[in-house]
Amino acid sequence: MQRFALIFVPYAWLLALFLVPFIIVFKISLSDIALSIPPYTPTFDNGLAAFFAELDFENFEFLTTDDLYWKAYLSSLRIAVISTVLTLFVGYPIAYAMARAPEEWRPTLMMLVILPFWTSFLIRVYAWMGILSQEGFLNQFLLWLGLIDTPLIILNTTSAVYIGIVYTYLPFMILPIYAALDRLDGSLIEAAEDLGCSRLQAFWLVTVPLSKNGIVAGSFLVFIPALGEFVIPSLLGGSGTLMIGKVLWEEFFNNRDWPVASAVAVILLLILIIPIVLFQRNQQKQAEADA
Amino acid sequence: MAQNEFAPWDDPNEKPLISFRNVTKSFGSFVAIDDLTLDIYAQEFFALLGPSGCGKTTMMRMLAGFEAPTKGVIELAGKDIAPVPPNKRAVNMMFQSYALFPHLSVFENIAFGLRRGDMPKNDINDRVEEMLKLVRLEKFAQRKPHQISGGQRQRVALARSLAKAPKLLLLDEPLGALDAKLRQATQFELMDIQEKTGTTFVIVTHDQEEAMTVASRVAVMDEGKVIQVATPERIYEAPNSVYVADFIGDVNIISGTAKQVGEGRYSVNWTEGQAPLTAASERPFSDGQACHVAIRPEKIAISAERPAEADNAVQGKIVDIAYLGNLSTYYVEIPGGQVIKAQSANTRRISRRTFTWEDPVWISWTATAGVLLDQ
Repeated sequence: MQRFALIFVPYAWLLALFLVPFIIVFKISLSDIALSIPPYTPTFDNGLAAFFAELDFENFEFLTTDDLYWKAYLSSLRIAVISTVLTLFVGYPIAYAMARAPEEWRPTLMMLVILPFWTSFLIRVYAWMGILSQEGFLNQFLLWLGLIDTPLIILNTTSAVYIGIVYTYLPFMILPIYAALDRLDGSLIEAAEDLGCSRLQAFWLVTVPLSKNGIVAGSFLVFIPALGEFVIPSLLGGSGTLMIGKVLWEEFFNNRDWPVASAVAVILLLILIIPIVLFQRNQQKQAEADA
Repeated sequence: MAQNEFAPWDDPNEKPLISFRNVTKSFGSFVAIDDLTLDIYAQEFFALLGPSGCGKTTMMRMLAGFEAPTKGVIELAGKDIAPVPPNKRAVNMMFQSYALFPHLSVFENIAFGLRRGDMPKNDINDRVEEMLKLVRLEKFAQRKPHQISGGQRQRVALARSLAKAPKLLLLDEPLGALDAKLRQATQFELMDIQEKTGTTFVIVTHDQEEAMTVASRVAVMDEGKVIQVATPERIYEAPNSVYVADFIGDVNIISGTAKQVGEGRYSVNWTEGQAPLTAASERPFSDGQACHVAIRPEKIAISAERPAEADNAVQGKIVDIAYLGNLSTYYVEIPGGQVIKAQSANTRRISRRTFTWEDPVWISWTATAGVLLDQ
């Protein structure tokens, strides 16, 4: 009984905050658009039989007829993959340096990584607009250095989206890699050197494979939210940046087409289930390896 | 014993494989190794013995190349090794934690060093098979380190460090993580492998029994200095200081003043109103010089009556008895309050033990049983 009570809490949580909303969204995705409140039919007013008779998959069919949607999905995938790789390249050296830093520095360094979370995410993204715009700090600085003659156009391009995603999700990459590197036994590196490895070889043959779990975890933690990212592309990216999160927003609030928007969301979720399952498996494998 | 014949350190023509010349290593203001000079010869099984923090691990890490001496020179086969990085040294190390690569199989762990050279693939496989056979782990080649036992891991670590046929193998507390039974078996295995491969072994340990068992010579260290370097027998029978005598095995130390009474014979005044002790010593002492008589407990006999022909006999009272199974140690309080340990083998069943608590007894030993030490 006690055990049941214990697992009941997380399951009730999942049920209330994930499964029920998902069922509602899924139901809306099977409905038709209507000029009413709520802006879709059917509702439960006409009885259950009539309600189920009116549900259909035509919104999903609609998604296949307009190439905007699959292009947006593909473009999101591409942006998410590229920004995950970029985050890895920026995050790994930082995590490595943190793990190699003197013991007494590490809590401070860790705090610095987490520090940005103390400010609202929106404010930080707006701050990047101020940095990246044509009159922004970055261009001013480069002009002052004399490196460029005319301001660079960064804001409202896909580059700005990459910068924004890398910046925002960097801690999610650094922390798991740091955790993996921190646990790495220093004598393994010495053993590799003792057996004839140069420093670089020891890094590739020992450090990287042993931090693999951290790399995988960090990559998923960046990739999964980046795929559905909406705020960063809509604030930093221009009209040329196509991302499914933005399309979703526009369907909901500009077109007020809740059924189609819900269908977009359902497909997005189905796409995300694959990396989420892979991520869970990685975590499980790591837990087993630690045991 | 073969070790008696093998004594390159007594041969003045023999060139040492390793020689430390006035090596000092300091970390900040802490001096880990203090002006140390030491020769180690090829094919030796050399033990560095000392309490933790005595600098023995630092010496080993300098040999492996992970630390550089602050002052002085370390030569390997006549060449200064200071500028050679660890991956270019013909020296391999077996780490205390074994440092097996957890993501590689036993086979790949052993092959790791071989793959860094330009050895052909077939030769690598042959060499790894040979190593697996040497440490009797053929069946476990494809296991990962976490799938084998501690003793097996220890053997993988040994095989891995021997695979490249190093000139010198360093073993850092290699048996520390094993239980007593397994440790004993492994000690003999280590000696066997050392003999088979002809590699020079330098072992670091704080376990004196281990050092005595495996080593051809033992260096007893304390606070960055080597106190005595000698064969295990000499370290035990002829320690050069109270520190060494006390560190190796059990010992009774009786302090007093020396007075020469004959050729190599001294009498030692040790307490008021007691007959002086007689001790033989090759080391000269001047009359009135402070000295210490070091006597091993097993060299002290215990009897109810005063023994007729003993060089030294002291009466005392048994205050404690430690029963160790094969041996019993009697703690005998002698005049002056000092407690002397005397050991005797339990050749009879315990119920028929001759002495018990509070019994007045005589302890006795010969003049040559004790060692006379000046410090």
